Amino acid sequence: MATFFGEVVVAPSRAGLDEEEEAREETPEDREIRREIEKKRYRQSCSGGREIDVLWTWKSGGCAEEPLVCSRFIVAIGRNAAAFLSSFILDSVCWEVIGVVKLWNEWCRTSSTTNVLPTDSFCLFYRLVSDPTVLLCQCSCYVAEDQQFQWLEKVFGSMQKKDLQVTILSTCPVADYKTQESTLTLASPFLKALKTKEFQEQVCCPLLEQPNIVRDLPAA
Amino acid sequence: MFIPCDRGGGSAAPDFKGFTLLMPAVSVGNVGQLAIDLVISTLNMTKIGYFYTDCLVPMVGNNPYATAEENSTELSINAEVYSLPSKKLVVLQIRSPFIKNKYRPFCETLLSWVKSSKCARVVLLSSSHAYQRDDEQLLGTPLRYLLTPDLEKAVGGHMQELNWKEMEKVAAYPGISDTDKVLHIPGGGITKLLFTESCSKGIEMAVLLKFCSEGDNIPDAFVLVNYLNEWLQLIKSEVSTSNNSTDPSSQWKIPSSWRLLFGNGLPPALF
Repeated sequence: MATFFGEVVVAPSRAGLDEEEEAREETPEDREIRREIEKKRYRQSCSGGREIDVLWTWKSGGCAEEPLVCSRFIVAIGRNAAAFLSSFILDSVCWEVIGVVKLWNEWCRTSSTTNVLPTDSFCLFYRLVSDPTVLLCQCSCYVAEDQQFQWLEKVFGSMQKKDLQVTILSTCPVADYKTQESTLTLASPFLKALKTKEFQEQVCCPLLEQPNIVRDLPAA
Repeated sequence: MFIPCDRGGGSAAPDFKGFTLLMPAVSVGNVGQLAIDLVISTLNMTKIGYFYTDCLVPMVGNNPYATAEENSTELSINAEVYSLPSKKLVVLQIRSPFIKNKYRPFCETLLSWVKSSKCARVVLLSSSHAYQRDDEQLLGTPLRYLLTPDLEKAVGGHMQELNWKEMEKVAAYPGISDTDKVLHIPGGGITKLLFTESCSKGIEMAVLLKFCSEGDNIPDAFVLVNYLNEWLQLIKSEVSTSNNSTDPSSQWKIPSSWRLLFGNGLPPALF
């Protein structure tokens, strides 16, 4: 791909399939590498591969439970958003931990402990003591592309979704923001929002303009 | 996998009897996807649903075809379906790459959806690495087509009239003279898989592809969409009065999301 200055940068192929061309057989080295990665993932996660586990601490055990009644669910994704919640919202009096996500991928690993340090990678769920239908999630770990769908299904699968309002907080680098002027002169940090048409309330900041997009778990 | 926009109206299974499904392959230069953007934007197509799938990398943004403040706030995700009943056209747009090892399940689900929604035929827009062309392919048109046997019977003759070139097969083992010829579409993403699966499932599918390289692929998208238009006649190619040629490029509407494809403005302090 040619950049603004004319130099050619090798873009990662957008075909997305080059490594899986049927014509090319997997070499013995490829097979060995793949097997080792699978073995490592199995050892690390202890639940067979890239599975993620959502452990609700308020449940007494067993599989078939009624869904969690939830009216407001606030999800903070990434270290900055998680730190925001820790600094301004969460405290041990008003909020209680009710769940944790255990996962492993090449970038991070979370455990099932709920006693975490701010520098750890973790994904915890809290409930407001005064109104147990208000839930909060702090997800400072990176959820890999092939785990995002699973995360969604397992977390939202445990919830009763009628009249549920979800708010997602996350951050992106200013350098990724696409705008006519240079980001160097842009006053940052700044807020932008995306909302579904079902969200009728007032949004506290401007909406995200095209051609900007959101990726990863917040997008999922 | 298909979720209609209007959930209240009847069953979830759409009925596209007699419709043509137009879709892109995520391929070199993203040419197919850019061409589809031009079709949706120019024909002002209405979104009728999306695919709920774990096979594509998630992404979300506001309406990429927004023309004004009012229509700019509709969310848009990675696999959406648009339709234009007046032209019996339904279009699938794919906006992100496949998650590793998920392209096969996606192809299977897609083709069974094609069958269950009764689409008459599928047209797949794709591209292939220009640097892999052989000596003969370097000359002449960079555009190629492929037809499954079922569609060949219906429109093969028309392709001859249009003077289109069929995608050549290459030797399975280059350099060895006596070998079988196989279809090889490097950089084409799921093109070959979808095509071979459609052949075996009796689905009428046409593949239209262009040889290109990564770079500014907007001109490639225009060439590909004009190629498509020669056959499907989605827009009228008006005769240009200045040079008396029929070049419909100016009639395709570029969507607002194509802004800033190559980065932001430069800080003045740089100079």
